[in-house]
Amino acid sequence: MAIRSFLILFILFFFSSLNPILSLYEDQVGLVDWHQQYLGKVKQAVFHTHKTGRKRVVVSTEENVVASLDLRQGEIFWRHVLGSNDVIDGIDIALGKYVITLSSGGSILRAWNLPDGQMMWESSLRGPKHSKSLLLVPTNLKIEKDNIVIIFSNGRLNAVSCIDGEVLWEKDFEGESLEVQQVIQPPGSNLIYVVGFSSSSLFEMYQINALNGELLQHESAAFSGGFLGEVSPVFSETVVALDSTGLILLTISFQNGKISFQQTPISNLVKDSFGPAKIIPSSVTGIFAIKMNGVTIVIRVTDENKLEVVEKTNHQTSISDALSISEGQQAFALVQHAGDEIHLRVKLAHNWDDNLLKESVKMDQNRGLVHNIYINNYIRTDKSYRFRALIVMEDHSLLLLQQGEIVWSREDGLASIIDVTTSELPVERDGVSVAKVEHNLFEWLKGHVLKLKGTLMLASPQDIAAIQSMRLKNSEKSKMTRDHNGFRKLLIVLTRAGKLFALHTGDGHIVWSHLLQSLQKSKVCQHPIGLNLYKWQVPHHHAMDENPSVLVIGKCGPSSDAPGALSFVDTYTGKELSSLSLVHSIAQVIPLPYTDSTEQRLHLLIDADKHAHLYPKTPEAISIFEHEFSNIYWYSVEDDNGIIKGHALRGRCTGEVADEVRFDTRELWSIVFPSESEKIIATVTRKLNEVVHTRAKVIADQEVMYKYISRNLLFVATVALKGSGEIGSVTPEESWLVAYLIDTVTGRILHRVTHHGSQGPVHAVFSENWVVYHYFNLRAHRYEMSVIEIYDQSRADNKDVWKLVLGKHNLTLPISLYSRPDVITKSQSYFFTHSVKAIAVTSTTKGITSKQLLIGTIGDQVLALDKRFLDPRRTVNPTQAEKEEGIIPLTDSLPIIPQSYVTHALRVEGLRGIITVPAKLESTTLVFAHGVDLFFTQLAPSRTYDSLTDDFNYALLLITIVALVAAIFVTWTLSERKELQENWR
Amino acid sequence: MAAVTPLLLLLLLSSAPSFSSGSRNAYNINGRVKIPQGLGLGTKSYALPGRMSNIKVLLNGGQNITFLRPDGYFSFHNIPAGTHLIEVSAIGYFFSPVRVDVSARNPGKVQAALTENRKGLSELVLEPLREEQYYEIREPFSIVSLLKSPMGLMVGFMLAVAFLMPKLVENMDPEEMRRAQEEMRSQGVPSLSSLLPGGARN
Repeated sequence: MAIRSFLILFILFFFSSLNPILSLYEDQVGLVDWHQQYLGKVKQAVFHTHKTGRKRVVVSTEENVVASLDLRQGEIFWRHVLGSNDVIDGIDIALGKYVITLSSGGSILRAWNLPDGQMMWESSLRGPKHSKSLLLVPTNLKIEKDNIVIIFSNGRLNAVSCIDGEVLWEKDFEGESLEVQQVIQPPGSNLIYVVGFSSSSLFEMYQINALNGELLQHESAAFSGGFLGEVSPVFSETVVALDSTGLILLTISFQNGKISFQQTPISNLVKDSFGPAKIIPSSVTGIFAIKMNGVTIVIRVTDENKLEVVEKTNHQTSISDALSISEGQQAFALVQHAGDEIHLRVKLAHNWDDNLLKESVKMDQNRGLVHNIYINNYIRTDKSYRFRALIVMEDHSLLLLQQGEIVWSREDGLASIIDVTTSELPVERDGVSVAKVEHNLFEWLKGHVLKLKGTLMLASPQDIAAIQSMRLKNSEKSKMTRDHNGFRKLLIVLTRAGKLFALHTGDGHIVWSHLLQSLQKSKVCQHPIGLNLYKWQVPHHHAMDENPSVLVIGKCGPSSDAPGALSFVDTYTGKELSSLSLVHSIAQVIPLPYTDSTEQRLHLLIDADKHAHLYPKTPEAISIFEHEFSNIYWYSVEDDNGIIKGHALRGRCTGEVADEVRFDTRELWSIVFPSESEKIIATVTRKLNEVVHTRAKVIADQEVMYKYISRNLLFVATVALKGSGEIGSVTPEESWLVAYLIDTVTGRILHRVTHHGSQGPVHAVFSENWVVYHYFNLRAHRYEMSVIEIYDQSRADNKDVWKLVLGKHNLTLPISLYSRPDVITKSQSYFFTHSVKAIAVTSTTKGITSKQLLIGTIGDQVLALDKRFLDPRRTVNPTQAEKEEGIIPLTDSLPIIPQSYVTHALRVEGLRGIITVPAKLESTTLVFAHGVDLFFTQLAPSRTYDSLTDDFNYALLLITIVALVAAIFVTWTLSERKELQENWR
Repeated sequence: MAAVTPLLLLLLLSSAPSFSSGSRNAYNINGRVKIPQGLGLGTKSYALPGRMSNIKVLLNGGQNITFLRPDGYFSFHNIPAGTHLIEVSAIGYFFSPVRVDVSARNPGKVQAALTENRKGLSELVLEPLREEQYYEIREPFSIVSLLKSPMGLMVGFMLAVAFLMPKLVENMDPEEMRRAQEEMRSQGVPSLSSLLPGGARN
């Protein structure tokens, strides 16, 4: 009795000390989580290096980021991530204190305060028609003491005040087919030239007074050959263009309002010219470059408008914009690749033969080619000019070169992650390098005494700082070997640049990176696109000596029948094991649940012609595959046509191509959604590697419900055609959302529910036997989240013990999807405050730990929400039994508890995806959120019930044990003495 | 098209947030985000009042994103008539999304309501509903919390057994004690399974 009551008491106490909310103390930030900030591929950079103040560079990127970077270390001073459809067209610095950005196709002009990034003003510019967007910040052009910004966008020329963004004047260029190519403002004058083409063979020039927008002169001249592509300004009144064949260079000058053409066939300049050329525009006076067939030709324009070739090279060449270094002198930089080095040259615009600077920098092959270069100068103490260059590489990284060295580099390719997978680290053993972590017992004890002091609030500020740095610097977490709890892993990420990175989960450092050759631009493949990452080989058991590897899938070009490309990469070393250029396209990749004797996973690739290709192509894999031939089913979704189809294999292709393992497929079923009323906007399935601990769910009153668990369930959401637009474009009566649960083997619709007056976007997550989806309710004008749980009724009568004893149960019956499933569904809906960017669910090794939903909100935070809040069995007044079971009383909206933001006070800017990976420890799951920023943390949805937390105080335990032992001895002697006295009495 | 210049002037001069019509079917939504000075001063705050450069205002779930001017004003341009949703993302504050009706019939009419509590707004001034505290506050050290910890319980229980149990046994009726001892003997050693709450059912 006593022991039992004690145990109950103890358990009660133990649990009462647990906090039900998952949360973090402020001093725990950075212990298990890390956060990295990136920018994306830089497309424009402007330096700001005045004598006083910090040296900075302002950049705009392809991820729509505008940021100010420290030129010394490359750190971010401030950064703003604009909306996804707010593409930046141009940036510049005005007045030395504002960063001007033109975005959204030239319709939004913003000014940001240079020191702190505060937006100062914003202007909306409109115009009559779509056109090129050009931003010009003249240095000394003033209207009534007001510096102006000249913008050409949407067929309209605007002059905007720098101070407050007010439009001072505007001028429309409404000519039917006029395509404005350049806006030129000759320095020191009050004139603006607007040049362009109209009706493909007419060159037009407008001269405008910059002070009031008045049209001073309009000239046009016809050129029978037509024009191709862009123009490059060479002088303030001369531009260079190509004729429509791309074989003749045209020097067009419009001096004094007279347009004159001068034709120079490229073959006159270069002996062995081949094919049409392309102009690479540059802002350097008198210099431009053309590119044809991989050869870059730099051409100088002399004063008499004569062209002469100054350089011709096969190497990849980039030319920077002009930099005016002193009165009338312009410098520019050229960068060229040669082997594993890059050559940087800085020249004066009017003097090609001399170099102001010539440097060679060793460059990592994994950074690829130089895509862009920006230069800036500084004056040394001996009054000589020095240059620094900011270069953007093919892998989207950003580097600063100064005095022949890389001063800093930023891996900004990590801002555009396409896919993520994980890999285990090597097992710790002899020969494997291990970071030094072992320290002596004394230091260990000292650390714990410090911690104890911290707990007892006796620590001095220095001690607290020491404790904090000790915890953060724990080298244990960034070791390069596998740990017992499975916290240390490699995150393998594929970026849009076609580069593969391995990040360590401990502190986020890059273990290795590799630029995939199969995803680089080449003669055969002009626009390679990375698609997915799959685990190719996960060695365990008998294949322990092999290194794990991943499969990278890509294709050439955006079209659906573009040929595919495969790469196999070793995840320990980052070496590309092999790569394949496929002859067929890739529409779908199906990792099969079978592996061969070397633990290589079988993958089935479906091409656009509905043929299936098996990889690896070994005889062993084929024999395994043929054995499971009839068990392979898959589905395909055609969102445009509103059709979902089920497929199976038919047989090996007869017309066998050598070295090809190709199979014919057949269509099993198809579901056609009525195109006028339903449009597919979301499809979600369960994660393939999800583990379900138990099918049975014990509910109140000892009842059992059986979860309907099938890997072949598909959640589909469709909306009315009208409601597929944006919020606010449709009335509640015209819009509805239909959610389906479809069995993908038979095509049977298991459940269908209509939400009237609702619309997308739909974000959904499928796990075990439930699906949670987020959508917009137009009637309430709030977001809603719904849960559908699906239960198997055919097993519902297995509760009878006698049936189990007599063997009359059906638990051992094989489950066939062809037998009509007897399922029931339960669902419930709740309001949710925020817009959502992504939803994921925590996953653990055995699936025992309760689940949490991870919701990426519009504010770029990740909220952990207990699945118990999305339980269809919630009622307003739960009974006592239900309360014991843990059912939360029903509320109309889901709670947002600030402490349950897993990203705490951080933002994962531009959040795109959330990935959860189970650790080996059942209670813990690893969470990786990526967007422009990266964030990683460990989560324990039901607290760490199976391990001691990091801040467990061993010293306190030791003291307790010592105290207990001492107490035993004291009581022992006391009782002995007492006994002695008793006996004496 | 000349309407734009006066419109912009109006936008910059007038402090009252309003909806103004631009071209035929596109409108502007102007508003203001205000963080009361009282909030965020007493406790630790992440977005200091006055420094609002990291606050974003989002229309229709991210379709348009804009930022605040130094005085807290924001505007969305070229918005079609209809019912829209404005959200404010600010670290450290919880803002309710706002339902905004842009009417084509009577431009300039303000109709906005917080969706969280259905409160109507006469003008588009958005204030946080509450502050958000992302971290747990460490409780100061106390004897009670030390005693509540498993180690404290162990010591406490040991002390209770050592000092209270003899007292209890002393006060017990000798006859009752004998009976209890017999009962214990007949029951045998209690197994662990019968102690667990689930075990009793089987």
